[in-house]
Amino acid sequence: MRHYESVIIGGGSAGLAAAVALKKQGIGDIVILEKDGEPGGILEQCIHNGFGLQTFKEQLSGPAYAERFIRMAEELGVEIKLNTMAVGLTRGREVEYVNPEEGDVTVSADTVILAVGCYERPRGAIGIHGPRCAGVYTAGQAQKYLNIDGYMVGKRVFILGSGDIGLIMARRMTLEGAKVLGVAELMPYSSGLPRNMKQCLEDFGIPLYLSHTVTKTFGKSRLEKIELMEVDDNRQPVPGSEMYFDCDTLLLSVGLIPENHLADDAGIEMDPSTKGPVVDDSYMTSAEGIFACGNGLHVHDLVDFVSLQAERAGEGAARYIRAKREGTEAGERRVSVRPGENVSYTVPALVHPDSAWGNVEFFFRVKAPLDTVSVVIRGGGRVIRTIKKRKMIPSEMERVVLTKDVIAGLSGDVVISVEPQA
Amino acid sequence: MTEKELICVNCPIGCTVTVKMEGDEIISVTGNTCPKGEAYARKECIRPERILTSTVKIEGGTHRVLPVITSEEIPLDVMFEAMEEVRKVSVKAPVSEGDVIISNLLGTGADVVASRSMAAAD
Amino acid sequence: MYDVVIIGAGITGTMLAKDLSEYRLRVAVIDRENDIADSTTMANSAIVHTGYDPEDGTLKALLNPEGSRMYPDLCRSLGCRIREIGSYVAACGEEEEKHLRVLADRAERRGIPYVFPSVEKAREEEPNLADGVTAVLEFPTTAVIYPWEVAIACAEVAAENGTEIFLNSPCTGIGRTERGTYVVSTPERELETRVVVNAAGVGAERVASYVTENPGFEITPRKGEYYVLDSNVKLVNHVIFPVPSKEKGKGVLAVPTVYGNTLIGPNSDFTEDPGDIGTSPEGLAYVRENISRIVKNVPLNRAIRVFAGLRPVSEEADFILEEAEGLPGFVNAASIDSPGLASSPAISKYLIEHFISKRVSLVKNPDAVMTRRAPVVMADLTSDERNELIRLNPAYGRIICRCEQVSEGEILDCIRRKCGARTVKGVKKRVRPGMGRCQGGFCEPRVVEILARELEIDPTEVVLDAENSRILCGENR
Repeated sequence: MRHYESVIIGGGSAGLAAAVALKKQGIGDIVILEKDGEPGGILEQCIHNGFGLQTFKEQLSGPAYAERFIRMAEELGVEIKLNTMAVGLTRGREVEYVNPEEGDVTVSADTVILAVGCYERPRGAIGIHGPRCAGVYTAGQAQKYLNIDGYMVGKRVFILGSGDIGLIMARRMTLEGAKVLGVAELMPYSSGLPRNMKQCLEDFGIPLYLSHTVTKTFGKSRLEKIELMEVDDNRQPVPGSEMYFDCDTLLLSVGLIPENHLADDAGIEMDPSTKGPVVDDSYMTSAEGIFACGNGLHVHDLVDFVSLQAERAGEGAARYIRAKREGTEAGERRVSVRPGENVSYTVPALVHPDSAWGNVEFFFRVKAPLDTVSVVIRGGGRVIRTIKKRKMIPSEMERVVLTKDVIAGLSGDVVISVEPQA
Repeated sequence: MTEKELICVNCPIGCTVTVKMEGDEIISVTGNTCPKGEAYARKECIRPERILTSTVKIEGGTHRVLPVITSEEIPLDVMFEAMEEVRKVSVKAPVSEGDVIISNLLGTGADVVASRSMAAAD
Repeated sequence: MYDVVIIGAGITGTMLAKDLSEYRLRVAVIDRENDIADSTTMANSAIVHTGYDPEDGTLKALLNPEGSRMYPDLCRSLGCRIREIGSYVAACGEEEEKHLRVLADRAERRGIPYVFPSVEKAREEEPNLADGVTAVLEFPTTAVIYPWEVAIACAEVAAENGTEIFLNSPCTGIGRTERGTYVVSTPERELETRVVVNAAGVGAERVASYVTENPGFEITPRKGEYYVLDSNVKLVNHVIFPVPSKEKGKGVLAVPTVYGNTLIGPNSDFTEDPGDIGTSPEGLAYVRENISRIVKNVPLNRAIRVFAGLRPVSEEADFILEEAEGLPGFVNAASIDSPGLASSPAISKYLIEHFISKRVSLVKNPDAVMTRRAPVVMADLTSDERNELIRLNPAYGRIICRCEQVSEGEILDCIRRKCGARTVKGVKKRVRPGMGRCQGGFCEPRVVEILARELEIDPTEVVLDAENSRILCGENR
């Protein structure tokens, strides 16, 4: 059985950044398994700009951002197996993959990095009633048809969900001559970034219906009409609020879910809030030597953070490989990092104070929009840090850093909460 | 004096920028966290500009279409006109990222450039 | 001149077509939909009931046990998946427990295996049985299948043996000639035939009304709505039924499918509109409320899909298998609701023996092949078997659907077979891309591309399911 120092599953933004980090750390015998015919992942269809401000201090399109990492990976000699689907993963770090050239192959590895991305919540999971005619797509699916394959899915469009992909598709389809009739959002606030509300909807006069949802579709072979209803505080449709829109297309932008077939196979512990694996400060999952990063870990709004975390995962894997080689054990003591008041999750969810190796960035999201608050980090019940924030929204991932010294000195669980300013 | 609140679209942070105006004259810009925010706010109050991204037809490439981007912002009010230009163009693979597809789009000074490289299909 | 024209390519019509294709007969099957098994057979509980449920003296009581016994061999010969997982009928309280005895007595008389496990034992096997369940009756031979897979396999065998199948061909009229034959009209052709079998499901009454003013039965579509749970949810190992009742029929069930998903449903609502196959908030609310009586911890938040299907129900509450009065050779196979799927092999036998053999002579065709080559399912194969296949045809190494691990090779197979897939849903029915948790989010564009290439059409002409259900509205550039 072929053995690698690291097998990276997924050649999108996370997998590429992790591979580059591993190479830079001197870990040479690595391979990326990519299911598509080219690396780059979902970025290839995200042709809009706004990528790379943190990483490259530039405004890049998705494909251009990916190309930078593809170049780096090429220059560092990263092997990428294309058209290769990873179909199995064990706790013992055996990876089974299938491709047309090699067939069905199982390899072993010192480390495996899951960089598998996420999928879009489908219609069946959100309870829109009505027949199953053509004309209902997830936003990303329509984006693939339009930006990669070069086909329009429809002419009169309604969008459910104010996620960023939905907003970006509203603008994109408008520019391509479609009439976008409106965007409905179940929550009383947008789930997309403010800049996208501005430049994708406001710029083109596309109405946003907050606290509304699409309750029904109509149509025999192709979508003809949708029913839109207002929802109450419990997100239940308000009788009598029905509105109807004649349209041939409904795009769904109602959430992204980390892909976790392989993590399930390996029996990896999952976080019910992120729906991705629970990881520590090295981005290692509950299975030793298996790491996770990118949207397969938790869904990001900025690719720059994907790259950053993937780089940490790559460094973590490199450190793990070196420690194995040198026979040094990682510190036993673990401290968990939990979401407190108003916070929906934290990543990473574990740190190792006895083997703290550097500053650790914690990523989290608030549950609802908040004004004039403080991010309060407590360790073992004591306040470690307080950061004042003017405005926080769920669509923006937040980041706080704890220094190496603080991590090393932790005596009890860390809780990150967002509280009214004292 | 009038006050306008704008959401800066320069980057995903989306700062809320406040512009104070006296007639057509901008008195102050506050709330931005970088100089780009101020520049954006000033333009936004006079003639809003945006980056345009789209696709053009490509022959012999690994895909049917090639993503493109304007090299700089163009006025928002010429977007649909600009799309007409983009629709007219067809390129041949291979293409490298940054290759100019349309130069000086509608006289705006911005070029339309390839936003990825695309090899010729086998 | 046809010997037999079958109206309806659901499980009843295709099973009969397969059986008739063993004889030297000219047979045609017509269906109004764009694929085999696109109505009732597509959307039901997917269970081969053993036959304890129907009342004594009914055709259902006669044909269900027999049909159910035929299934394992049938599926083997057709290369269709069947899982004999067994079922529990779960009783809550004394009244219902009494009824279990009635069911067991019927099973006894009909030779159907059953067991009364202790409720403790049952809970060991099924930890998610609701707390209110006080007794359980087990039927170990209850099986699950993909109903449409069996219908498609039957159609394929029939077509290989020369049966003509016309899709997108609704019956628009039936005339009778002077010599006693029938002429079945569709928008594109007229088919003269000695025998007509009306297996038109929810449309059977309409079809019968073309030849007689008094069809003698009334079909009311009854809608059933379901949730489909993600395959990583392990809720139950057996089919879990409530105790059946006259009013509610078999009730709301939990069904593990052949590929490891779980179905929760159905409700049972009469609907006036035979085209009404949408789910409704009320219907699904009913399903949610009722499943909790017998199964607990149902994670409906893990649903990946909801769907609705129509069952053709008549007043009589029994199958209608008879020659229409005064119309020799016009055979109604109507009101085939549950357990129609389980009974279908026996229904076909019954129709041939009692009616068709009386009107046309049945001479075996020595060239007829009554078995089907099982489709390749990569996900089922060992690594060595996969490698062998990929070496022969690299398309089996190109995985298109990540969730269900379906390869391009499997998709090509299902398009190239007789009665092959012509639509995205047709591909999904046959080899499952899009059946998983992302519901085709990633693989649908790839399937569209493959269909276009194989059918030699433009991608914009590829349809989801029905004619005109186009997915792409035009080229952009």
